[in-house]
Amino acid sequence: MNAAYLARRFASVLVVLVIVSITVFAITLILPGNAAVMILGEYATPEQLRVLELELGLDRPWHVQYLSWMGNLLGGDWGTSMRLSLPVAGLITEALWRSAALAAAALVIVTVIAIPLGIIAALKRGTWADLSISLFAYLGTAVPEFVTATLLLVFFAAPDRGWFPAGGFVPAAESIWLFLYHMCLPAATLSLILTAHIARQVRSEMSDVLGSDYVRAARLKGLPERTVVMRHGLRNAMAPAVAVISLDVGYLLGGIIVVEEVFAWPGLGRLIIYALQNRDLPVIQAATLVLATIYALSNLVSDLVIAALDPRVRYA
Amino acid sequence: MREILRHPTGLVGSFLLALVLLAALFGSWLAPYDPQLFHPQARLQGPSAAFWLGTDQFGRDILSRILHGARSTVSFGVGATLLGVAAGAVIGITAGVVGKWVDSLIMRLVDGLLAVPDLLFTLLIVTVIGGGSGHAMLAVAVAFTPGMARISRSAVLSVRTREFVQAATARGESRLYIMAAEVLPNSVGPLIVEATIRVSFAIMLGATLGFLGLGAQPPSTEWGLMISEARQFMFRNPWCVAAPGVAIAMAAMGFNLFGDALRDLIDPRGQR
Repeated sequence: MNAAYLARRFASVLVVLVIVSITVFAITLILPGNAAVMILGEYATPEQLRVLELELGLDRPWHVQYLSWMGNLLGGDWGTSMRLSLPVAGLITEALWRSAALAAAALVIVTVIAIPLGIIAALKRGTWADLSISLFAYLGTAVPEFVTATLLLVFFAAPDRGWFPAGGFVPAAESIWLFLYHMCLPAATLSLILTAHIARQVRSEMSDVLGSDYVRAARLKGLPERTVVMRHGLRNAMAPAVAVISLDVGYLLGGIIVVEEVFAWPGLGRLIIYALQNRDLPVIQAATLVLATIYALSNLVSDLVIAALDPRVRYA
Repeated sequence: MREILRHPTGLVGSFLLALVLLAALFGSWLAPYDPQLFHPQARLQGPSAAFWLGTDQFGRDILSRILHGARSTVSFGVGATLLGVAAGAVIGITAGVVGKWVDSLIMRLVDGLLAVPDLLFTLLIVTVIGGGSGHAMLAVAVAFTPGMARISRSAVLSVRTREFVQAATARGESRLYIMAAEVLPNSVGPLIVEATIRVSFAIMLGATLGFLGLGAQPPSTEWGLMISEARQFMFRNPWCVAAPGVAIAMAAMGFNLFGDALRDLIDPRGQR
């Protein structure tokens, strides 16, 4: 992996982020209902609007507004939430950690469950194990997060059983056990869909690899099946699987919005829904940019991992 | 079609799809009750001979509501996808055919837009243009456009270098003719497959928007909205959230499996 390749990939991530920032800016400022309208509501008088527009600098040309907004963002000034009257940067970092904890839990569950499931399905192709794993995988990709979440609630959080809390959040500093306990159902919801997706991918990559000539050669050499599967099979099946996992970070980021809303988990997703419902512009802009940045970076990381796993990938 | 039915996934997909389409076409006739009719004596009941899937918090028949909602769900999914595919195809094919700086400009834009998760993108658009069923459909269509643009562009690029296009160029045909008569018909296959699978995502996104209160509005029989309305009562009657949930899953799975089978049919090399 040479320096020029790294530099080029970083540059393309930067370009993507600039475009995202322009889009977010455009969506929230140029389309009907600008910030002043959003703050004052639809029934504000034209005079009120004009005063606020001048105050917010909305009378300036759009590229000047964009550049000053970007300048502030990069300088660490993310503005103040219009509804909560708190600095946006603080709100977002706090929410981001909680979301990250949830996402990390989901990713760990997924990796532990999905990859072995995919391998089993590929090794036992055509058996009932394969069929039921595939069926589960299809089912998982066809059930939206809010349905899974609601059904899990019905089964595991019914008041007469009370196995799990129906939602909410306890800071880890207060009680690590309650923190994890509240995390169970949301993390399970997120991982169900991802597990389905990734298991399916691992299965298809693994069965391609297991049918290849070099795996047949390894078997003919008399290597134990375990070595064949783990060293020759898994390693070569992992690169495409990693690509899918990184794509799933996109699903995860979308899913987390719904899941946090259903389980009242005060993370970035819930913050975004709150900001959207209350037209809290600075929060919407910053949170969207943060999510897009995470997504772009995860794509970058996956490219690098794939390049490291598969020496044939040319750094073009 | 016979080829599709031979695959287990194709068979299940076709079956589910037929079921959902049947409900969408004839649901309002098949429904045993008026979907908005209150049965105050029979609220939050489980399945019975009178109410096959039970009743909701107002005593409305859940089966009738689901059958009624099928049409709006399917038309939402298909409508949003068609709009998104049409817009994406125009953009992607233009990029692929014109090439040069137009291509790089469009594709950079597409890359940027793809960095925003679909759901967040739709939420942003709905916030700006306002909620409601029509707006939600438009928002999903816009969110699909960049992805479809990228797929149609790559379909065009893979066709463009083929001999019959070169032959047309050599004959001195105009660019427009080549695009409409040679490139487009030959890049349609992957687009149809992708579109079929996308319908299932559109259905799920639409239901999610309905659930969040940003899509269809009460007293609509939209399935996501049904779940959201019944949430307060789900512990008293799980059927009022489970039944619409299963309906969404069936519709999404039908389109998804059918699309997968279609892909295997069109591109046997990708078969797994």
